[in-house]
Amino acid sequence: MYQPTSSSFRENSRTALADTNLRQAMERGGATFQGKRRLAIDALPEFDRLRDRGRAIKDHVLDHLDYYLETFERNATAAGGQVHWARDAEEARQHVLKICRSVNARTVNKGKTMIAEEIDLNDFLEQHDIAPVETDLGEYIIQLRHERPSHIIAPAVHLTKDQVADTFRATHDHLDPRRPLDEPSSLVAEARAVLRRKYFEAEVGITGANFLVAETGSSIIVTNEGNGDLSQLLPRVHIVLASLEKVVPTLEDASTLLRLLARSATGQEMSVYTTFSTGPRRPGDLDGPEQYHVILLDNGRTSMLGTEFQEMLRCIRCGACMNHCPVYKAVGGHSYGWVYVGPMGAVLTPQFVGIDEAGHLPDASTFCGRCESVCPMHIPLPKLMRKWREQAFAEGRVAGRFRAGLAIWAFFARRPALYQAVTGLQMRLLGALGRRRGRFRRLPMAKGWTTYRDLPAPQGRTFQQQWAARGGAR
Amino acid sequence: MSDSRAQILGAVRSALGRTEPRAAADRATLDRQLAAHPRNLIPARADLPPAERLDLFQHYAEKAASTVERVADMAAVPQAVADYLRRENLPAKLVMAPDPSLDAAPWDSQPLLERRRGKPAPEDQVGLSSMFAAVAETGSLIALSGPDHPSTLNFLPETHIVVLPAARVTGSYEDVWDKLRAQQTDATLPRTVNMITGPSLSGDIEQTLQHGAHGPRRLHILLVGDGSA
Repeated sequence: MYQPTSSSFRENSRTALADTNLRQAMERGGATFQGKRRLAIDALPEFDRLRDRGRAIKDHVLDHLDYYLETFERNATAAGGQVHWARDAEEARQHVLKICRSVNARTVNKGKTMIAEEIDLNDFLEQHDIAPVETDLGEYIIQLRHERPSHIIAPAVHLTKDQVADTFRATHDHLDPRRPLDEPSSLVAEARAVLRRKYFEAEVGITGANFLVAETGSSIIVTNEGNGDLSQLLPRVHIVLASLEKVVPTLEDASTLLRLLARSATGQEMSVYTTFSTGPRRPGDLDGPEQYHVILLDNGRTSMLGTEFQEMLRCIRCGACMNHCPVYKAVGGHSYGWVYVGPMGAVLTPQFVGIDEAGHLPDASTFCGRCESVCPMHIPLPKLMRKWREQAFAEGRVAGRFRAGLAIWAFFARRPALYQAVTGLQMRLLGALGRRRGRFRRLPMAKGWTTYRDLPAPQGRTFQQQWAARGGAR
Repeated sequence: MSDSRAQILGAVRSALGRTEPRAAADRATLDRQLAAHPRNLIPARADLPPAERLDLFQHYAEKAASTVERVADMAAVPQAVADYLRRENLPAKLVMAPDPSLDAAPWDSQPLLERRRGKPAPEDQVGLSSMFAAVAETGSLIALSGPDHPSTLNFLPETHIVVLPAARVTGSYEDVWDKLRAQQTDATLPRTVNMITGPSLSGDIEQTLQHGAHGPRRLHILLVGDGSA
């Protein structure tokens, strides 16, 4: 099991903020994603209407999820595929192991899959003497470094190219140690050459699924590198790991969602490779796997259905929410301490590992609302984070001093006259104290702010006083 | 593990407050919707007359770093292939899909061009294939697996040359699905349907865009004819 460290979010963040490599990597990555998304969306006038349509498709599927899962199973089976149901991570791992053993697999090639992270598949396979080889470049880099993905679509976004070069030098020790690795292109070329050999060694290829199509029994992966395709075409067996909510009704519905996915994720009009896989190779085919398995994983998703968290099951894992999150950008994905990161992770992680462990994550938000505004599926992420906060408060999980602070604030907030009198006094006092310098370096009870920056001194009057003085007009 | 299946479906139904079994009328409605596979909103950009549609296809294909070369007809293809390989300093040697439609080209006119038909081997540097269709909306190519079209041809060789008759360029993905449904004898899809938009790409090193991560470094499209014939 992927042991979460979400309960150490504060410590994790503090470490992350002091990490200059991380700062550098996140500065470069973050700006790229936001700008490209903006350009792609501006180039498609129908984008907002497609979002509405996408939401409607997913809502319809979730309301009839049993029907679409059964239909997917029937059509995948009719095409010669095998569908396996897994209630939890352990059951999914056992399905994978059984399939691998049936073909005496020693090596398994993996396309990028977050479900494999969710069920911690790599460690499990290694324990059973099966070598998992990550083939996505980012996943490959972090596998070499024994790290976890820090982003759902850009797993190595936390690393600089120099760090990658160091990792390659340390690992690819059959190559000339003096070779130049200064340019991203030389790093990509080296990984290509190393991984190219591995493609032909694996007996099993594992991919995730961006969507499952009920109408045809197909799974879809969306990638840019082509590794997911080589991973499924060259080995004898293709295993697809998919969670229940990936199913969509028809090819037309998949097309609508595809128009939203790449633009929201990387700002591409379309990712380079969108691949529909249906069953095993057919008679006469010259390549392709002899077996095609789909593992349908629940792992707690059915417990979100019918609750306020059902909306989270619309998520298509584009990563736009984290790309636009000021908190994610500052602390990086690893601070979140589990598989899913950023705003979507702050909503999902408590569901998977419990609010006890992950209670800090829904707190790690300024509620600026950018995540919701860029979500192609209109998921109300701040609202769902607030639900977790409310639940934590109702269950008495909020620390005593926070409860006391909230109680004091509520006392004043319910008495407007008193509130105005007290804040008026505060502002006068702080205004007088801070008049000379115009800012405070230190202030009691404001250490969380003043440790990192100065606090501007108030001008001596509250907003409400100034508003009233101007007769309520600008 | 049919037990798990029953439990998962049971959990879904109880979460949604559904009775079991689902009412026959309800199921029939869903079946009808699925069989009708209605189109959703389709962006207007590709709703164009054929000639402009080809221009749009070329625009988006090039935006995705494919190269597009217009040739008059199949007779001009072998020369164009040989010239391209020379221009790019590539060996005059290729593995091509055993696709009868490619045989319409006079390959013997290029005796120095070494050709092998079949699926690619690891050492093959240049692959050549045709495509089932292409989509103007995003400059995407659509490849179907089959005895004539090994899917690995789209991924293994470093250079992929595509021979695309202009008449196969449609507007939207939905146009492709209609065309595909019309030709499939059974309800299902070929084993692999690839939508390909540009050469292989990775942004995993500091989000810089690098081509040729695993699949082809170069994707060269020979767009054949003007689609009028």
